Amino acid sequence: MVAELGHFALILAFVVAIVQMIVPLVGAQKGWRNWMAVADPAATLQFGLVALAFGALTYSFVVSDFSVRLVWLNSHSDKPMLYKVTGVWGNHEGSLLLWVLILTLFGACAAWFGQGLPERLRARVLAVQSSLAVAFMAFMIFTSNPFWRESFPPLNGQDLNPLLQDPGLAFHPPFLYLGYVGLSMTFSFAVAALIEGRVDAAWGRWVRPWTLAAWMFLTVGIALGSWWAYYELGWGGFWFWDPVENASFMPWLISAALLHSAIVVEKREALKAWTILLAILAFGFSLIGTFIVRSGVLTSVHAFANDPFTGTFILVILAIFMGGALTLFAMRADRMEAKGVFGTVSRESALVLNNILLAVSAFVVFIGTIWPLVSELAFDRVLSVGPPFFELAFTPFWVALALILPVGSILAWKRGRLDKDRRVLTALACFAVAVGALVWALQTGRTALGPVGVALGIWVIGGAGYDLIKRTGKSGLGRLFRLPRADWGKSVAHAGMGVTVIGVAALMAWETEDIRVAQVGDSYEVSGYEVTLVDVREQVRGPNFIATEADIAMAKDGRQVALLTPEKRIYPVAQMPTTEAAIANGFWRDLYVVIGDRQEAGGYAVRVYVKPFANWIWAGCIIMALGGILSLSDRRHRVAAGAPKMRAVPAE
Amino acid sequence: MRGWLVALMLLAAPVWAVEPGEMLKDPALEERARELSKGLRCPVCRNESIDESNAELAADLRLLVRERLVAGDSDQEALDFIVGRYGEYVLLRPGLGGSALILWIAGPLALLAALALGWRVIRGRGGSPEEAALTPEEEARLRDLLKE
Repeated sequence: MVAELGHFALILAFVVAIVQMIVPLVGAQKGWRNWMAVADPAATLQFGLVALAFGALTYSFVVSDFSVRLVWLNSHSDKPMLYKVTGVWGNHEGSLLLWVLILTLFGACAAWFGQGLPERLRARVLAVQSSLAVAFMAFMIFTSNPFWRESFPPLNGQDLNPLLQDPGLAFHPPFLYLGYVGLSMTFSFAVAALIEGRVDAAWGRWVRPWTLAAWMFLTVGIALGSWWAYYELGWGGFWFWDPVENASFMPWLISAALLHSAIVVEKREALKAWTILLAILAFGFSLIGTFIVRSGVLTSVHAFANDPFTGTFILVILAIFMGGALTLFAMRADRMEAKGVFGTVSRESALVLNNILLAVSAFVVFIGTIWPLVSELAFDRVLSVGPPFFELAFTPFWVALALILPVGSILAWKRGRLDKDRRVLTALACFAVAVGALVWALQTGRTALGPVGVALGIWVIGGAGYDLIKRTGKSGLGRLFRLPRADWGKSVAHAGMGVTVIGVAALMAWETEDIRVAQVGDSYEVSGYEVTLVDVREQVRGPNFIATEADIAMAKDGRQVALLTPEKRIYPVAQMPTTEAAIANGFWRDLYVVIGDRQEAGGYAVRVYVKPFANWIWAGCIIMALGGILSLSDRRHRVAAGAPKMRAVPAE
Repeated sequence: MRGWLVALMLLAAPVWAVEPGEMLKDPALEERARELSKGLRCPVCRNESIDESNAELAADLRLLVRERLVAGDSDQEALDFIVGRYGEYVLLRPGLGGSALILWIAGPLALLAALALGWRVIRGRGGSPEEAALTPEEEARLRDLLKE
């Protein structure tokens, strides 16, 4: 009964979405205010109905109603409650419902917080947003309905994939979706602006908080996924350049570019057409990601629903929205003439360079991702494009980006001069290079990756600090904490990027690994640590699994630093083994141990990894996201919402 | 787009990648074998290198790589041997030859094109950062204002 209620609510939401897609749009065109006014309550209603549907599905999972097909396929009565709930989105249909829930949530937010927007623009934004909801609800109702019933309900479910039974599933997909779907908002703003035929500083100001929010969620979502892979997969890989990871990385890169170009629109009324194009492409890449995951066209470790029909449906959605938006763009782009002028050396130029590097690096990821498909179709040549390609082709862009970042961020708008800052920048660069050289000297016979990465990271972090200090101007450091939050946000986010760069470079360059067979009681050394296999217990029973547990002691200079308990689990229902690595997190290094099978000749396979700076990778991402939050909380964004007409002219 | 979700599901396997028994006694040779394995794709898996995979075929390939190295092959000879048997598909880093060249030069070419375009945007607008001249109406208005 509850499932039917959810099903019904979903269909109602679909109808409301159709109304919201058409009525306000016509109203905005004809100038009928009462037609435009339909958008607001419709957006709220739509969200309420989808939330009801989502609640109904969650309820079915919680009470283990196995007559609902989806619950039967993805749940089990023995499963801990947390995973019963997260299991709702641990599958194709349920995750699609989550996607639509977030889509309508963003629409509703635009209605709730967009009171300062001009009436027409708001009506159009909400109508475009709703058209996306219509497409995805149709997709769900007609091809991937989560409320399907079984006529003969089985006694128990087939359990959720054991690897997904992890707190990571509770947070990673929702954050990632908030990011992906958040970009739909910028898409709607871009299309609405194209329909209006007008893009100005105010538009840049309205669209920026949405982009910032989406980018922030995407950052956190990607970081969580990477961290989850790190501790769950059993060997500590954090990025695989898999098509599906790339699919989340491309929108991130494009939205980072958009974030920066929207600043130029807001402050200087330049780069308008380019910004609109980025806004369309960012969401386009989100849709391509959806297509890759749910169609099975590309061989990915993340395959989801490998149903050709599902894939075709998404491809049609992609073609309609991208084709439509880009056609509109081609028709209207010439109306968006730039107003601001700027010199060759200026903040604007630096941001243009930033956009070039981010966009081209996204293009490199894109072509690497789809090349196997193109090569097979066009050249009849089956090949693979894997991590070695991406590491080689992608890294140079980020090196360049890190190099220009500190310089670009302190340049003045319009016409910049660097002579005053030259001394500080030179000193900073020398320091960064010196630390890099020191690191180079400390390590022997390894790649240049580590030193270069560390030097770049320090350069970026130092640059962010200098940027902030420079902002205080003549009034001294006392003003530091009275600076606008946007300034802090900018520096914090940039410093976060530096931290991540150091983490990635250090981990990839200096990780050590030891694989061997150890007897209980054995002791041996791995890069300075004394490893002892203290004890192994077999047949330990968990709620829905059976585990082999080991106690492994790690000591340094005769003092124990960690006692770790890695596990190897078997989930009887799913008939699948998993490893639970044990990790001692540290500021400078992670100790990562994994226990394996009992060997025929006695003893156990034991893997020990020492991973320097591992936590810096995700700490940097979190710092970047914090920077986003700081920026988002800046007074200017809040004031701007309520005062649409202010500052039509650039300040300088 | 599901991020790692389902990755984890299918990656389940890599847990037992390189087994202790497979490793070579000579650390230098073993190091080379590991490097080579990281660049070879497991043909029956989904986008995993043989170094990460625990499929039987991946284990066979790891042993094959080690056999060739022990037999005195150079890295390139060992790779050629495997590619000869399993096809180009197993190389995670495609060669430069033929159509794959497009893949390799696409990035640099796109960068050059973007830089050229960016330069035009900057120059086209930056010739003189001075504001554009005032229109006659604006001049008139300015005169009025100054008179007051």
